[in-house]
Amino acid sequence: MEAIGKLREDIQKELEDVEFIIGWEQGFDALHATPLFIRSQEDIDRLIWNPLCVHNLASYLPQLKGRKVGVLLKGCDSRSVIQLLQEGLIQREEIVIFGISCPGVVDLSKIRARMNVSQVKRVSFAEGNVTIETPQGREEFPLDEVLATKCLSCQYPTPLIYDHLAGEALSPQRPADLLYKEVEEIEKLDVKERLAHWERELNRCIRCYACRNACPLCVCQDYCAADSRNPHWLSQRAGIGEKVMWHIMHALHVAGRCTDCGECERACPMDIPIQRIRKKINKEIKALFDYEAGVNTEDTPPLYTFQMEESTIREKDW
Amino acid sequence: MSNKGRFLATDKIPGLLKRLGGTYRVFAPVKVSDTVILFHEFKEGAQLALNKQATLPPKEILFPQTECLLSYTYHKDPENLEKSEVQVEETLEALPTIIFGARPCDARGLMVFDAVFNDGQWRDPYYKARRKATTIVTILCTQPENTCFCTSVGGGPTNTEGSDLVLTPVTGGYFAEPATEKGGALLQDEAFALGHNKADEAREEREKVSLESELELDGIAQCLLELFSTDFWKQVSAKCISCGACTYVCPTCYCFNITDETAGVKGERIRTWDSCMFYQYTLEASGHNPRPTKVERYRNRIGHKFSYHPTNYEGMFGCTGCGRCIKACPVSLDIRQVLREVKVHG
Repeated sequence: MEAIGKLREDIQKELEDVEFIIGWEQGFDALHATPLFIRSQEDIDRLIWNPLCVHNLASYLPQLKGRKVGVLLKGCDSRSVIQLLQEGLIQREEIVIFGISCPGVVDLSKIRARMNVSQVKRVSFAEGNVTIETPQGREEFPLDEVLATKCLSCQYPTPLIYDHLAGEALSPQRPADLLYKEVEEIEKLDVKERLAHWERELNRCIRCYACRNACPLCVCQDYCAADSRNPHWLSQRAGIGEKVMWHIMHALHVAGRCTDCGECERACPMDIPIQRIRKKINKEIKALFDYEAGVNTEDTPPLYTFQMEESTIREKDW
Repeated sequence: MSNKGRFLATDKIPGLLKRLGGTYRVFAPVKVSDTVILFHEFKEGAQLALNKQATLPPKEILFPQTECLLSYTYHKDPENLEKSEVQVEETLEALPTIIFGARPCDARGLMVFDAVFNDGQWRDPYYKARRKATTIVTILCTQPENTCFCTSVGGGPTNTEGSDLVLTPVTGGYFAEPATEKGGALLQDEAFALGHNKADEAREEREKVSLESELELDGIAQCLLELFSTDFWKQVSAKCISCGACTYVCPTCYCFNITDETAGVKGERIRTWDSCMFYQYTLEASGHNPRPTKVERYRNRIGHKFSYHPTNYEGMFGCTGCGRCIKACPVSLDIRQVLREVKVHG
């Protein structure tokens, strides 16, 4: 059975026992999906599943703590849930997880960069290609060229945690050594060039905090130090200094917890490649603590523990 | 429009902007990354992007995201160190400015600002001075996007309200027609050629534009009041993630915050954009917040634009239908869909 059929069937079975189930439906045009809060059979009929279902729906869960809900999760999204469970930010018994094996989702900004999408009429996916129809004509290109960068090194196409699974479990098809490719490119720059690179990119930040609010692990939300007025940690100004400071704050706050879902970057209305900042920290965490966030509910994030002697850091040899 | 039109060839634009730069601060839409277009102060060699709506409206030029309202210094009295005097300096700066390449929805957005900051009960000297010093050159939209709904909220792709000089795209460039004296003065530049033969093409281009008015908004202000205390808002705001992207990309959102930022004996009183999507927006000193969750915040955003604003300002919506909030929303929450549902349930 097709994944969507299995999903609909499983959702129907569970719908009575939960307040709602979060999935995706078609958005305002053929190129956009949007989160769907399923409460009825009619809603189930509107459910879609395709490479446009980009949103990590786990981001809604911390604020729903205490209510029983269902959620659809791709492999990468399931890591957010594992991380939230580790930290006690959500309760397993309150969530029904519909896992979906996922061959990859698109990065809409990559599509926007290569064609005018202001009047998209139809989008279809077949044989590794995506076809986009506009009044100007049809464009067809390999899906790999517009997949989210995280998908190109995906090691978790099948959710690591679920109650129901739609689609055949997939084994990783993508090379893991591509994971830090973009980070390594930036590491090649000297410190001055790196700062210039980030000042150029971050200068268009508007401090709208879409990156924060879309992040499943940014649970402080309303009490974020970045816009707290009392105490006033960070200037209200929107100069490059404050912008850089905000992004460093966010990245450090999720250090050792970030599961590389990329919601921060996907949500950015200014298309700033901020996932790379988190990725760099993930790379350092991996090197220092041999730790990967969100793969095992029993783990404790490295910065949540203190040991006199870290097994992976040879302090005495320095 | 008048018969004083001139032709502006596309290749003459960089030269025109450079010459205008001698007298004015000239802002134009510039491509700053693969996908982002921003109004930047024009510099030679900049990659102009005139055929698409800019990612952000030009509101920041008149209403900066951060603006210093005044600066202050404390001076201790050498005779009595417990006493100090404060010296305050105004920092208003309003240089002659041109916004080149706005869209009709952008120009109309500033009319919403005018009602609030320029013509109403309270007059904002900072905005007022800048507005007076600014000339707006608008490019009419001959290819509206599928997020555009300006015709539903009183505007239109070829609407000239709020513009000083209006450009219609024609073969090889633009047909320029003055809408105000300020705009007409720009036509003296050598970049504008006689354009009699382009007038008909421009008229045809404008007539060809089709954007149906898709929303039925009669009576929406009242519908919103009737829905105020209902669960409707829980349903429509469920997917909202309560970030401020929609408010910051909006050409009409004007809410601001004022903060004194002091370092040592000196400081600045700054005004910055605020957003009704943020928790601190209406947080009271007592700790009480009348809009504690995204439900009330989202209700405020829609209520302000389509009920309170038109009630206070002669029926004008606080929305120009530019569609940027739809494009920028991380969860593709569509304000048009919400308005349709308001009409159904209200």
